[in-house]
Amino acid sequence: MPYTRGEVRIAIEAANVRQLFEALGVRFPDLRAQLDNDLAIAIDGEIYQDALLQPISGTSEIYVFPKIAGG
Amino acid sequence: MARHHVTATVNGDAVEFLCETQQTLLEVLRDELRLTGTKEGCGTGDCGACTVTVDGRLVCSCLVLGVEAEGKSIQTIEGMATGKDLHPLQRKFLEHAALQCGICTPGILIAARSLLERNPDPTEEEVRFWLAGNLCRCTGYHKVVEAVLDAARELRGA
Amino acid sequence: MTVSTMIKYEQKELKVVGTRPLRPDGVDKVTGRARYAADYNMPGQLIGKVLRSPHAHARIKSIDTSAAEALPGVKAVVTREDFPDMAVEYAAAGELTINFRDVTRNMMAREKVLYDGHPAAAVAATSESIARKALKLIKIDYEVLPHVIDVVEAMRPDAPLLHEEQYTEGVTPKPDRPSNVAKRMVFARGDVEAGFKQADVIVEREFNTKPVHQGYIEPQACLASYTEDGQAELWTSTQGHFVFRAQCAKVLQMDVSKIRVTPTEIGGGFGGKNNIYNEPLAIALSRKSHRPVKMVMTREEVFRATGPTSGANVKIKMGCTRDGRIAAAQAELNFQAGAFPGSSVPMASMCTFTRYDLANVRVVGNDVTVNRPKVAAYRAPGAPIAVFGVESVVDEMAKKLGIDPIEFRLRNAAREGTQTYYGPKFGPIGFIETLEQARAHPHYSAPLGPNQGRGIATGFWFNIGNETSAALNVNEDGTVTLMLGTVDVAGGSRAAMAMMVAEELGIDVDKVRPIIGDTSSLGFNFITAGSRGTFASGMATVVAARQAIEKMRQRVAKIREVPVEEVVWKNGQAQPVEDGTRQFAPMSLAEIAKVAGKTGGSIAGHAEINAQGAGPGFGTHIVDVEVDKQTGLVKIVRYTIVQDVGKAIHPAYVEGQLQGGAAQGIGWALNEEYVYGADGLLQNPGFLDYRVPVASDLPFIDTVIVEVPNPNHPYGVRGCGEVPIIAPMAAIANAIESAIGIRLFEQPMSPPRVLKAIEAEEARRGA
Repeated sequence: MPYTRGEVRIAIEAANVRQLFEALGVRFPDLRAQLDNDLAIAIDGEIYQDALLQPISGTSEIYVFPKIAGG
Repeated sequence: MARHHVTATVNGDAVEFLCETQQTLLEVLRDELRLTGTKEGCGTGDCGACTVTVDGRLVCSCLVLGVEAEGKSIQTIEGMATGKDLHPLQRKFLEHAALQCGICTPGILIAARSLLERNPDPTEEEVRFWLAGNLCRCTGYHKVVEAVLDAARELRGA
Repeated sequence: MTVSTMIKYEQKELKVVGTRPLRPDGVDKVTGRARYAADYNMPGQLIGKVLRSPHAHARIKSIDTSAAEALPGVKAVVTREDFPDMAVEYAAAGELTINFRDVTRNMMAREKVLYDGHPAAAVAATSESIARKALKLIKIDYEVLPHVIDVVEAMRPDAPLLHEEQYTEGVTPKPDRPSNVAKRMVFARGDVEAGFKQADVIVEREFNTKPVHQGYIEPQACLASYTEDGQAELWTSTQGHFVFRAQCAKVLQMDVSKIRVTPTEIGGGFGGKNNIYNEPLAIALSRKSHRPVKMVMTREEVFRATGPTSGANVKIKMGCTRDGRIAAAQAELNFQAGAFPGSSVPMASMCTFTRYDLANVRVVGNDVTVNRPKVAAYRAPGAPIAVFGVESVVDEMAKKLGIDPIEFRLRNAAREGTQTYYGPKFGPIGFIETLEQARAHPHYSAPLGPNQGRGIATGFWFNIGNETSAALNVNEDGTVTLMLGTVDVAGGSRAAMAMMVAEELGIDVDKVRPIIGDTSSLGFNFITAGSRGTFASGMATVVAARQAIEKMRQRVAKIREVPVEEVVWKNGQAQPVEDGTRQFAPMSLAEIAKVAGKTGGSIAGHAEINAQGAGPGFGTHIVDVEVDKQTGLVKIVRYTIVQDVGKAIHPAYVEGQLQGGAAQGIGWALNEEYVYGADGLLQNPGFLDYRVPVASDLPFIDTVIVEVPNPNHPYGVRGCGEVPIIAPMAAIANAIESAIGIRLFEQPMSPPRVLKAIEAEEARRGA
C-alpha cells in the first residue's frame, strides 16, 4: 500500500508515541519498517524525532512524516 | 629506491632530510620534518592550502620537489609568529573571525603576508585577486579580506 | 529539584551571549598547530590505499591479490572477502536512514562496482609508493555493463538496472519489474486541480541541476589502530564520531564499546563527512597487519568516491489569482541517489513550498539510483534544488502580474500558525520579518547599471535537535571545563557553548574551556548537521550548567547550614535569596570549588538528551548581477542576506555561516558541476575544472541578522548554518532574467550555458 503522508485521519488508542506507532504498525503492517526508522511526528504542531515516550493527549492532532536530518 | 640527502633552511633553522625523487616539498615538510601546519587540499596546485615561500617566492609546495629545496630558504606558517607575538595578520584573522574550519588559513596567511610585503596599501580588488589562488569553502572570503585590509592598515601605522 | 531537559526561552538581560569573544580554537588554527586527521601519526604506521573501479558499472568476476600480497613492504590486503555481507537492515545511526546492506557495499564492492571510483580492494604497506605499486598488482576481472548517469534516463523502464532486487517502494500495486526508482513519495493537501481552475495565471516549468560536491578543502583522512585484544582506536575527520563508531562496529561486527573514535579538527564537512568511507577499511587493514594504518584520500578520490549532492530534474507548476495569492502548487522532484538508494528527496519534498501558506499542494518525489557515487548530505540537503525551481516560478508569476517580488511573497508568506503541507503547524517564525527587512534595505532600492539585474529568493530549513550529551566540570580553582560531543565543524559552536555556560554561571567566558570529547567520554551524540550544533548542544550544555548550579546550591546550603530554598545563584555566586529569612556570606564558584573536595566531591553537571523543539529558519536574499553578453560571464555585483537565526550567540560566527553558505550557493549556481563522459567516467575530479568560488569572484556579502526567538531553547537559538545555501541559485536566475530578459532553467548557469541561451534568444528574435 502507498504510504500515507500528511493527513492521516484515524481513531486510535495511544497514550504516547510508542503506543501510537505500535498500533499503526499492527493496522498497517507495511508501515512498520518506516515507523521504526524513517518517521518523525508532529503533536499539536510541535515536531518530535526519536521521542517514543512523548505523551499524546486524547485530542492531539498528529502528523507523521519523514525524518529530517541535515548536512 | 635510493633517497636523496637535502640540506635547507626552514623558518630560519638549518635542516637536513632524506627524500625520494618524487616526494614533493609538501610531503617532505609534513612527513619528514613533521611540520604539519602546511596542508594538502588537492596535490595539484589548485587550492593553495600548501602555500609556502621558497627564497621569498610564493609557491604551492605540492608543485615543488623535495630535492629542489636544496640550499633554499623556506618559510612556513610555523615561522610566522615571533615567539609569543602573533603576526598582525594572525591577530586580525582572530579579531575579525576570518577563519572557521581553519584548513585554508595557513596558506592564506602566508600568501597575504607576501602581498603586504610587496604592496603595503592594497585595494580590496588587489587583495581578492592576490588571494584567488587560495580556496576557502567556509567563509565566502568576506572576513578574510576585511582582516587583510585591517592588518595592512596596522602595518602601515595608519 | 531536577532540571528539565526541555528548557523554554526566557527573555533576560545578557552579559556574554551576543558578544564577540575570540574563538578558543583560533590561535592553534592561525599558527598551524591545530591537528587535522592527516596530521596524526603513530609509530610503526602503515599507509593504506584503495583500488577503485575504473568502470561506471561492472560485475566483479574475480579478484586476485596474490601478487600484491607478495610485494615486499605490503603487510595486508582486504577485499569483499574480509567483510561480512549485511542483510537489509535500517539504522538511524546515519543522517539519512541508512541500510547496512548498502553501507557495506559502498565501502567495498561485493557483486558489482556501481560507479567510477567504487572501492574494490585496499592495501596497507610501509610507504605510500609501495602501497601504490601494490594496487597496480591487484588483478580484477570485470564484466563491463551498460551504465546510466542521467536521472530522467534512469527512470525509463528500459534503462540499465543497478539493483536487480530493487522494486519501487511507495507504489500500489507493488511493481512486478525492478526499477532504478527506489522510492516514490507523495505529499498532498487540498485539491490542486480545483486550485488551478481558480488561477488567473499559471506557470509551468522544468528545471535540471547537476550534482555538486560539498567541496571541503580537507580530504577525508583517518588513522586506525587495532590491537590484539580486539580494541580499536580511530582518529578521523568526521562530523559525527558516535555515528562513525556505530557504523564501523556494525560492518566490522565489533562491540561498540571496543571502538574509540576521536574526532580530529575538521577541515570542512557541510554534510559530506556524515558517512564512513575509509574508516572500516583502515580498521580492517590494521586488524590484519597488526599495525596502525593511516589512510588519506587524494582530492581525486574525494571527487570520485565521496558523496556529492543529487543532480535532479524538477517540474514545477504553480497558479495564482490576479491579486497575487497562490491558488495551487505542484511539483515533481526526480533526484539522483547515486549508486544506492537514499537521496534527500523526502526532505526536499517537504520544503519545496513550505515558505508559503497554501491550501492546495501536491509534491511527488522520486529517489532514483544511477551509476554515480552515493550521494551524501550537503547543507540543507535537497532544498536548494527544489527551491531553484519554485522561487524562479514565483518570480515569473509576480512579473506577469506586475507585483513586486517581495510584495508577492509577503502576500503568501507562512507565519505563526500556518499549517505546512507535510504536517506540523509553525510556531513563532521570522519569515515575514526577513522579507520586510530585505525590502527596507538600501540594497533593494539601489540603482542598477547597464546589463545589471536584481533578483530575490527565499529559503527555509526545518533545523533539527536529536541526541546530544554534554558534561561540565568545575575545576578546583573555579574555572570550568566543558566537554561537548558535537563536533565543532567550524561554525564556532564550541565557543558559543562556552559563552552559554559563562552566561549561566555568571563568570567570564575566558574561564570556560570547551573541548570535544571522544566517543568513550560521553553519551551518544548525533552528527553535527541539520543546523543543530548550537541549538542541541547548547540545550545540553545549559541543562548541564543548571544541574551544576543546582548541586552548588545544595552544597552551599550544607556549608552555610541554611535550607536550600534560601540559596539562589546570581552573578556568579551562591547568595541569600531576595526576601529570604536567612543571611549568610555568599560563595563564588571559585570558593565553592576550593572546598568541594572536602565537602562531598567535585561539582559537575551532565546531560544526555534528545533535543526536541528545533526552530525553523527562514532567509531572504537579494543579489545584483552583471551579465557580459559577449562571454556569458555572470558577475556578482552585490549580495545581501537577511535571515532569522532566533538568537545569535556569537554574531560574528553567525555572519560567517551566512556568508559561507551563500558563497557555496553562488558556486552551485554559476560554475560547479560534475562532468561525465559518455563512458560514465568523471572528467573533472579536481579543483581546476571543478570550479568553486575564489576570492575574486565575490564581493563583500552583507548580512542582516533577524532574531525571532525559538521558544524551545533557553536562549532562543534556531541554528543558522543551512538556510543561507538555499536561495542563491534562484536569486541569481531571477537576477539574470532581470538583467538580460532571459531565464535559465539549468544549473549551473556557467558562461557556456548563458551564452547559448543568449544566442538562442537572439536567433528566436531573428536578430
